[in-house]
Amino acid sequence: MKTRGSSVIRLATPVRAWAQRFALALMLCTAFGLMVVSRSDTAPVDRLRVLVVDAIAPILDLLTEPMSNVTRLIGTAHELTDLYAENERLREENQRLLQWHAAATALERENASLRQLLKVAPLPAKRYLTTRIIGDNGGAFVRTVLVSSGARDGVDKNQAAITADGLVGRVIEVGERAARVLLLTDINSRIPVVLERSRDRAVLAGDNGPLPQLVHLRPDASPMIGERVVTSGFGGLFPPGIPVGTVVRVAQDDVRVMPLVAWDKVEFLQLIEYQPTDMTGVLPESGPGER
Amino acid sequence: MMTSSSFWHRLDQFARQLFPFALTIALLLVSLVPLRLPAYSSVTPSFMVMAVYFWTLYRPDLMPLSAVFVIGLLQDLLTGGILGVSPLVLLTLSVATSSQRRFLSGGLFVTVWAGFVVNAAGAAILAWLLNTLAAGALYDPRPALFQYLFTVGLYPSLGWILARAQRTVLRPA
Repeated sequence: MKTRGSSVIRLATPVRAWAQRFALALMLCTAFGLMVVSRSDTAPVDRLRVLVVDAIAPILDLLTEPMSNVTRLIGTAHELTDLYAENERLREENQRLLQWHAAATALERENASLRQLLKVAPLPAKRYLTTRIIGDNGGAFVRTVLVSSGARDGVDKNQAAITADGLVGRVIEVGERAARVLLLTDINSRIPVVLERSRDRAVLAGDNGPLPQLVHLRPDASPMIGERVVTSGFGGLFPPGIPVGTVVRVAQDDVRVMPLVAWDKVEFLQLIEYQPTDMTGVLPESGPGER
Repeated sequence: MMTSSSFWHRLDQFARQLFPFALTIALLLVSLVPLRLPAYSSVTPSFMVMAVYFWTLYRPDLMPLSAVFVIGLLQDLLTGGILGVSPLVLLTLSVATSSQRRFLSGGLFVTVWAGFVVNAAGAAILAWLLNTLAAGALYDPRPALFQYLFTVGLYPSLGWILARAQRTVLRPA
């Protein structure tokens, strides 16, 4: 029930109606123009995005805190129910990991001495920066997240974002106190990778679905289901050897990779500050040695 | 309405008139917060579609097209979507909804919901088309479809909350 006679009369005047129609046309044209412009020249649009995201970041940061407490609480309740089985499983896993640790230490030492013997140029230093995800839920057409660190914390464009499990994506926009990470499943994501067993190179291309596709694979390459995919370091953006996913489907012209990262569980990301020196970027066989 | 010319009264009036817009922006921010539910982020319901539909139906005077435009623009800037898509979608939704206003707003809630089912479908299809057009790549329509279903399913609850908010904040004005 509305009794707003005056406003109805005001709206009904023909001049007003005409002005409104004109304004609508103007706004539609502006929106359409923005669509076209933002596809061809992204620099000013990016600056605008960064400005808005920077302004909103403190609010999102504030909102994220209680939300993650709630999810953590739910997680704790879940864990309490099967504490015993979990304990048993962890004990077993710990046993196994200790063996792995011994093996890895031995291999690392061996690797280092072999490197020295062969005079391989040392891999560039990496620095890690841990940051919290303060926004995702981009909807059906984008796969990005906002993180609560920006230029003032040392975040730079194109840094790799990882978790303990593996690669998440790369930084595409950097504000003063917030940044946006393009997930590797996004339709615009292209990541140079290498198949761990065969050392076949490829590019991992997202398509907004859960399983990104391996493209630019050599015709004679034979990816196997279950084979791990790691970053190749080509292009110099990412350090080589970051685990990305495992091959889960091999069909004619359609090789799919399941990312290692469980997207819905990620709360914090690590950004890798990585500046390859000119030498290592040029050497073609800098891939195999990681860490 | 005691002293209608008083400064405070006018400020109060102004704040109330800004309420639908401010609430919608707040909704946009809250919807960005990560919930860490499996596959939620790609099917996050379009709260903006719900809010614009609701306010266009019940208080079109407080949700003018210019506000709809700004909301769409902010949504694109914050979610990282292609700039311009959401303003186009929301403006179209607003115009379409207000043309059916006489038919929808007086009716039962079921009618309003049915109207939303139709209008939100149009908005979802338009969003998919515009994204596909702008990106030059065919998007998988399934996430958009699930997002739409989720949005339609959630409308009664959000509509109820918005109706409560409208009653408590705007009625006394």
